[in-house]
Amino acid sequence: MIRVIDLYKNFAGHQVLKGVNLDIETGKITTIIGGSGSGKTVLLKHLNALLLPERGQILVDGADITRLGDRALNQIRQKFGVLFQGAALLDFMTIFDNVAFPLREKTELGEADIRDKVSERLRQVGLESMGYKYPAEVSGGMKKRAGLARALVMDPEIVLFDEPTTGLDPLLGKSIHQLIARMHATFGFTGVMVSHDIPEVFKFSDRVAMLADGVIQAVAPTKEFVVSENPAVRQFLRGELEGPIEVM
Amino acid sequence: MLFIVRQIGAVTTAHLFGMGRGFLFLLSAFAWVFRPPAKLRLIVKHIKEIGVDSLSVVVLSGAFTGMVLGLQGYYSLRKFNAESWLGSAVALALLRELGPVLSAFMVTGRTGSAMAAELGTMRVTEQIDALYSMAINPVKYLVSPRIIAGLIAMPLLTSIFNVVGIYGAFLIGVELLGVSSGSYFAGMEGSVVFQDVYSGLLKSVSFGLIITWVCCYKGFNAPPMATGVSQATTESVVLSFVLILVWDYFLTSIML
Repeated sequence: MIRVIDLYKNFAGHQVLKGVNLDIETGKITTIIGGSGSGKTVLLKHLNALLLPERGQILVDGADITRLGDRALNQIRQKFGVLFQGAALLDFMTIFDNVAFPLREKTELGEADIRDKVSERLRQVGLESMGYKYPAEVSGGMKKRAGLARALVMDPEIVLFDEPTTGLDPLLGKSIHQLIARMHATFGFTGVMVSHDIPEVFKFSDRVAMLADGVIQAVAPTKEFVVSENPAVRQFLRGELEGPIEVM
Repeated sequence: MLFIVRQIGAVTTAHLFGMGRGFLFLLSAFAWVFRPPAKLRLIVKHIKEIGVDSLSVVVLSGAFTGMVLGLQGYYSLRKFNAESWLGSAVALALLRELGPVLSAFMVTGRTGSAMAAELGTMRVTEQIDALYSMAINPVKYLVSPRIIAGLIAMPLLTSIFNVVGIYGAFLIGVELLGVSSGSYFAGMEGSVVFQDVYSGLLKSVSFGLIITWVCCYKGFNAPPMATGVSQATTESVVLSFVLILVWDYFLTSIML
């Protein structure tokens, strides 16, 4: 269970988060939607302390990760896998080595076991024959798949997805969504996804939260969210310029 | 008036904070060196990057520096009928000053800038965030091995620069301008003492630290925007050059 309590964050005087409160349910996929620049990625990066807030708490299994020292924070971080927006693969390593990297650095596994596990993850994301290539040699979709394989290789309890379909064409985007849904069914992780790929993302999200004006405007199970009477939600889902959300 | 004073104060404070962050970054990089597991494979990889990849430019610049010293030294010393001191003059200039400083400039341009650009790109493309998210400290993984490699590779490159430079001056002075080969080497043997070699190598070690520290720090903290990498690379090269010259003055004044 992740609980975000009264979270505030500003960058150079610009207040991005103004008291965010959000509960992420264990074992489910929660998607955070909101306009460009609304602070979705900033909120996501707080969940494993890649960013620290000025004020507020983030409780992961009861521990406030905003106050932890390096060692304790690293233990918490090992519960997480992250798929970054651009995949963030280490560009001086092959895809195989990228996926193997956390296993080599953070476990005592032998090279044969590492090879088996990495091959399995690469097969699961459809990249079993691409392991020898460098990130610069593969397409955007393949990078995302490799990033997902790396995010899942340590069997994390929680996986964060930062706009996983950004920069991909609709078909590739759909295939990445299906892959995430399949991986979720296989591994049962708690997923937190930032996306504005609407309505595609609703197909496999268990819950949806909407961030606007620095606060969570609404959060609900997907079926309830899409028929929400909340004016901000209605404006955003219908793509209307007039309404409570100010369009910059 | 008050506005100007306030601006000067703000700029000064920002620079002092920046220097403080830079020193803390260096201390943290050294602290991670001593925490297991050791990253020997990475250190060797970066020695190769700093050492082998800079070798050609160091050899080339060493040769031409020596040749220029041979020419200039010969024409200056001839005015005093002291051409026989050419070997001594060239060796002292190279070992004590030109070797460490010029090879450090070459390494900054060839490897330091690449280091800043690589780390800057990693920052901008969230690869450094990815390391944090995998519970891997990026300073230990990316910075500490580079600093250790710089400390090891820089004196080796400087030694090569010195040897090539002395031979370059030999070619011009002895083979081209007719200085006696015996007096060239005898003068060198008579005037160069161990402290000349030692002080030059000590300088080169400290320059290795400056280059890797500044370039890693600038790249690691590159602004996350399109121009962030180029800005970090330019700043790292300029700051390295300036710090090398300033530190060279202080070291020279201490060791003379």
